[in-house]
Amino acid sequence: MKPAPDLAPGREAVPHAPLLRVRSLQVELPTARGWARAIRDLSLDLDRGQTLGLIGESGCGKSLTALALMGLLPGQARVSGSVQLQGQELLDLPEPAWCRLRGARMAMVFQEPMTALNPVHTIGRQIAEPLQLHLGLDAAAARARALALLERVQLPRARERLDAYPHELSGGQRQRVMISIALACGPQLLIADEPTTALDVTVQKEVLDLIGQLVREDGMGLLLISHDLGLMRDRVDRVMVMYGGARVEQAATGDLFARPSHPYTRGLLAARVRLGLARGQRLQTIAGHVPELVDLPAGCTFADRCPQARTVCAQQVPPWQDLPGPTGLAVSGPAMAHALACPYSEPAVREMQDGQS
Amino acid sequence: MAKAETLSSSSAPLLSVQTLGRSFRLGGGGLFQPVRSLQALQGVSFELQAGRSLGVVGESGSGKSTLARLVMALDTPSQGQVLFRGQDLHRLPAQQLQALRRDFQMVFQDPYGSLDPRQRVLQIVTEPLQVLPDPQTGHRASRAEMHERAGQALADVGLRTADLDKYPHEFSGGQRQRIAIARALITRPALIVADEPVSALDVSVQAQVLNLMMDLQARYGLSYLLVSHDLAVINLMCDDVIVLQAGQVVEQGPAAAILHRPEHPYTRALLQAVPGQARTLSFPTEATP
Repeated sequence: MKPAPDLAPGREAVPHAPLLRVRSLQVELPTARGWARAIRDLSLDLDRGQTLGLIGESGCGKSLTALALMGLLPGQARVSGSVQLQGQELLDLPEPAWCRLRGARMAMVFQEPMTALNPVHTIGRQIAEPLQLHLGLDAAAARARALALLERVQLPRARERLDAYPHELSGGQRQRVMISIALACGPQLLIADEPTTALDVTVQKEVLDLIGQLVREDGMGLLLISHDLGLMRDRVDRVMVMYGGARVEQAATGDLFARPSHPYTRGLLAARVRLGLARGQRLQTIAGHVPELVDLPAGCTFADRCPQARTVCAQQVPPWQDLPGPTGLAVSGPAMAHALACPYSEPAVREMQDGQS
Repeated sequence: MAKAETLSSSSAPLLSVQTLGRSFRLGGGGLFQPVRSLQALQGVSFELQAGRSLGVVGESGSGKSTLARLVMALDTPSQGQVLFRGQDLHRLPAQQLQALRRDFQMVFQDPYGSLDPRQRVLQIVTEPLQVLPDPQTGHRASRAEMHERAGQALADVGLRTADLDKYPHEFSGGQRQRIAIARALITRPALIVADEPVSALDVSVQAQVLNLMMDLQARYGLSYLLVSHDLAVINLMCDDVIVLQAGQVVEQGPAAAILHRPEHPYTRALLQAVPGQARTLSFPTEATP
């Protein structure tokens, strides 16, 4: 399915600009205790055909990042920085322009397919809606296209299912329908926020296989958001780890798992429950709690939980810098550098490399 | 009750489940309609010794939670028996069952939904003491005693006595699950049935709660019946495992054997589907990466 630029609305796109370019994104949300700095100084690049994973625990800002990219933040949110889709700045767009973009050039798959689908409309109608809205298809053409989409996401008995309601489908089938809606207008950017968290493992695998296949076939850019480190390892080229509303480490996936360098990334990897562990083996934990976004420390947000923290860490924001050494396992492209927000992690990295060699 | 305890020898299982089944009526049964029913659980049998842990694995609809509810005597079986220290829970007179409930408690999946937001932690944690009278004395604990027991239970799960006066919303997800565990511990049960106790928690918090559960087992000789879809959690926490598919046991035995050399195709499929862990599996898989 080749994207048709002539059909797609919003032709403000600059031809050779990168698909998604985020610079110094900052999001603040009002709370009873003042403004919470929910996302701080976030920058990322994603091109067509690339897959990027955002990983982190509750409250790290990963889902909020997705909402910011889709223009779905609550109205009171204060947003600054830059989000460019194919060279077009999105942050200052008026709402009608966002509506032309969403579903057409960028689309999102949410975690909970039951609540994201409208329970009182048929599947066919919900898939046809964006087709009529964005592509101007008439009802019959939209229905035919909806059927083709359901067949593409391998929903069994697709023709009957056009007239089914969401409650008649299983969780995995509903997520296939959500994906078909996301793909309806041939978006170039697909954002999937925990798309399989509510599903059983075997269904999860099928749905992720499907997303991977569709992304490859259409050459889309995929931003996959998940708390599941194992899932990231299997599914994306590059991973960005977030903590306390900021990025702490980014690398090619294989490189991140081979040389996790930020103390938080290392703590997270060590804390995982893995199949290889012995019965009763104690798990490593990260001391302390996730910081309150309302009163973040002036410096590194991880400082108060960090086993390697120095006095300066709590006072100065750590610089975002490349990790010295080979970037080794990178797939391709310049965006594969291994970078992190911690200037003091070097010794531990070297130690790990020594341990491996 | 005390008599039954002394009767049970050391080799008698704490929990023995025999050909347990549960069917639900789905409708029909009118003049010309046959009764339609769903066999949610069928022919499930296992034994759990004191101090050991049994994992129950399966996907949605496999009957895991139905089994947990039957073991907790929150639901009545259609067939079979649940013997706790040799006593059939579903045949006991209500009052005796009530007294026995102190010895088996439950921890639920959702630490947000399972704690009453309008109650203080003290009330939440001491609820089993308020409902279930002491088997020795036959009366309920005094206020002072409840406060002391609650403080001890919170200390057991790594919270402070000062937290007794707070409300659930003042705690994080992991802390709430600790409160739920404290509530289960307060009657000093021999068995805790935990239905997906960490699946709603973040990775680092999961590790804390699982460590806590292992510590408590070592300290109090608890048995866990652990319901989980997460095979890595079962592998860490359980001595034995049963694999349920569509209400029936398809594989059963020591966790180490089953998770490393699964016999049944369904167990293999479950293991292969665990994200990021395909490479740690030692058994030969059809799809080599």
